[in-house]
Amino acid sequence: MELTPEQEMVRKSVRKFALEVVEPRAKEIDETCEFPWDTVKKMGEMGLMGICFPPEYGGAGLDTVSYAIAVEEISRVCGSTGITLAAHVSLGAHPIFAFGTEEQKRKYLVPLAKGEWIGAFGLTEPNAGSDAAGTETTAVKDGDSYVLNGTKIFITSASVAQVCIATAVTEKGKGTRGISAFLVEKGTPGFSVGTKEKKLGLHGADTSEIVFEDCRIPKENLLGREGEGFHIFMNALDGGRISIGAMALGIAQGALDACVKYSKERKQFGRRIADFQAVQWMIADMATEIACSRHLVYHSARLKDRGQRTTLESAMCKLFAGETAMRVTTKAIQIHGGYGYMRDYPVERYFRDAKLTEIGEGTSEIQRLVIARELLR
Amino acid sequence: MRIIVPIKQVPNTNDVKIDPKTGTLIREGVDSIVNPEDLNAIEAALELRERLGGEVIALSMGPPQAADALKEVVAMGADEAYLLTDRALAGADTLATAYCLSRAITKLGDFDLIVCGRQAIDGDTAQVGPQMAEFLKVPQVTYACKLDVVEDSVVVERHLEDGFETVKARMPALVTVMREANRPRYPSMAGIRRACTEDVVHRWVATDFDAEPWRIGFDGSPTWVKRTFTPPPKAPGKRLEGTPRDVAKDLLKTFTEKNLL
Repeated sequence: MELTPEQEMVRKSVRKFALEVVEPRAKEIDETCEFPWDTVKKMGEMGLMGICFPPEYGGAGLDTVSYAIAVEEISRVCGSTGITLAAHVSLGAHPIFAFGTEEQKRKYLVPLAKGEWIGAFGLTEPNAGSDAAGTETTAVKDGDSYVLNGTKIFITSASVAQVCIATAVTEKGKGTRGISAFLVEKGTPGFSVGTKEKKLGLHGADTSEIVFEDCRIPKENLLGREGEGFHIFMNALDGGRISIGAMALGIAQGALDACVKYSKERKQFGRRIADFQAVQWMIADMATEIACSRHLVYHSARLKDRGQRTTLESAMCKLFAGETAMRVTTKAIQIHGGYGYMRDYPVERYFRDAKLTEIGEGTSEIQRLVIARELLR
Repeated sequence: MRIIVPIKQVPNTNDVKIDPKTGTLIREGVDSIVNPEDLNAIEAALELRERLGGEVIALSMGPPQAADALKEVVAMGADEAYLLTDRALAGADTLATAYCLSRAITKLGDFDLIVCGRQAIDGDTAQVGPQMAEFLKVPQVTYACKLDVVEDSVVVERHLEDGFETVKARMPALVTVMREANRPRYPSMAGIRRACTEDVVHRWVATDFDAEPWRIGFDGSPTWVKRTFTPPPKAPGKRLEGTPRDVAKDLLKTFTEKNLL
C-alpha cells in the first residue's frame, strides 16, 4: 500500500519518537499505573495531539491516514500511550471540531489540539454500555444553564482531562433523539472524578468514573443542537473506531516484531526456534492477518479523508484489527513459551493491552451488528 | 540572527554491511538519514533563533534525493533550505565540497553564524566545517558541546580529549558541534506538512552559485582514494580463569612464551 511522502515522514518521525521516548517508559507505567504526563507533553509539542485538525485551530493539518499511522506506531511500543492519543483526538477533540460553534472551537479545540489540554468523552454508564440509547444521565434546562446529574464509567482520561464531552438525556421518552452532548470543564462545581478503574491492561492509561451532582453548566456548552447527542457520538465512534483499529494494528505489529526477534535468538534442541515449522507457521499467519488489518485501517482512513461516511468500514477495521491483535498476541506468548508468560518480555503486556481493542468503542459483537445493519438495511 | 546550517545525507551506517569480497559498502536497502551531528547543529541553531529571533537556513550538497534530508530539517523548524545538486558536482572530496558550500553561502548573503555537525558518520573526516571557515575567512571554533551568543560574539565550550576550553569568537563565525551539545527535537507534524506541501527546498546548479568549474566535482578534488579495505578482524582475546594466583601464573607463563618478559 503506497503512502505519500508526507505519510512516510510521519511514520519515520513517530517511530523514532516511539522508540526513543515512549518505549523506555512502557514497562514502567504498566507496572506503576502512572499516567505518562511527560510523554503526553512531548506528544503535544510534536503536534500529535492535534495531528488532523486544521492549523487555524492549533492542529497540524495532516490527514486521517497520518493520524492512524501515528496511533499505530505509538501503540507498537505502548498500548497505554496509544489509547491516550486515540481517545484524545477522536473522542475528546474531534466532536468539537465537527459539531462545535466557532467560539467552542476557539475555547476548547485550540488548547486540545496544541496538547495543552487533554480531552475525554463520557458516554458509557453503568446501565448503558453497548446500549448507549439507555443513557440515564439527565440534563435539565434551567434559565441560561443546564443542570447535569448522573454517572459515567470507564471513561478514558477522565481524571487527567481538562474538558469532557458528556451525553445526557434532555427529553425523556424520545429515545436516542432525546440525548444531547455537553462540554463540561474540569473544576465545574458538581463535576467530580470517581473511582480510578483497575484494569487488565493499559495500566498507563487513565480510566475513571465521572460523577455529575447538580452540575450546572452554561447553555453555551451544549455541543451541537439539543437532541443531537446520539448523532454526535455515533459520528465520533466512526472516527474513533479507525483509531482503535490502528491501535490494535500497532499492538499486533509490536508483538510480531518481538516474536521475530525472539525466535531467531532462542535455541532449543540445538536449533533456533525460528527453524521449526510450528513457529514459522504461526509467524506467517500473524504477519498475514496484520497486513490485512493494515489495509482495512488505512482504507477506512482514506475514505474518511475523502469525506465519505465510514460507518461500515470503521466497524470492519476495528473488528478485524481488534480480533487480529488478540490472536496475534496469544500466539506471541505461545512462541515465547514460559518466558512469554512472564513480565520480563513485552508480549505479556501486549496480550493484556490487546483485549481492550475487542471491547472499547463498541464490542466485536456490536461491530458485527453495525456491519450487518449496513448491509441488510 | 541569520544562521546557516550545512547538512549531509548519509547512509545509516548502523545498517551498513561490508562486502567481504570487494571491501566496499553494501548500500542497497540501507536507509539514508541526516548525519546525526548535523541534527545537533540544526537544534543549536533553532534554539538560538528561538531566543534571539532571526532565521535558520539549511544547506546541502548531494544528489536530488538529498532533498529528503533537507525536508526533514525543515520539518524540525528550519525556515528555508537550499540543495546544491548538479552532475558537475559529483565526485567532490572535502575541499571541493567546502568550496561549493562556501560559494553558496556567499551567494546567500550576510550571515551571523554557521553551525555544522562535527563530522559525518560515513567519512569521519571533520574537515568540511573548518575548510569552509577558511574559504569564507571567518573564525572557526570546533568540537562545541555548548554555545551561546553574547552581544556580537559566539561563546563556545569546546570538548577536547584532555578537558574543556571556552573560546569567544567575533561573529560572523563558524562553529562545529558535537553530539553532546543538545538533544535534537523531533520533526513536528505541522513541520512535516510544511516540508511536504510547500516548495521549501530550493535547488541550485553550479552556475547558480558562481562556482569556478575547475574547483568543483571530481576535477576540483585533489584527494584520490587509492584503496578502501576493512581491517582484518582482531584475534579474540584469551580469558584466564581460576584463583588470582593461578591466573597470575598463567599470565607470566604466556608472557614468557611470547618473549614479552
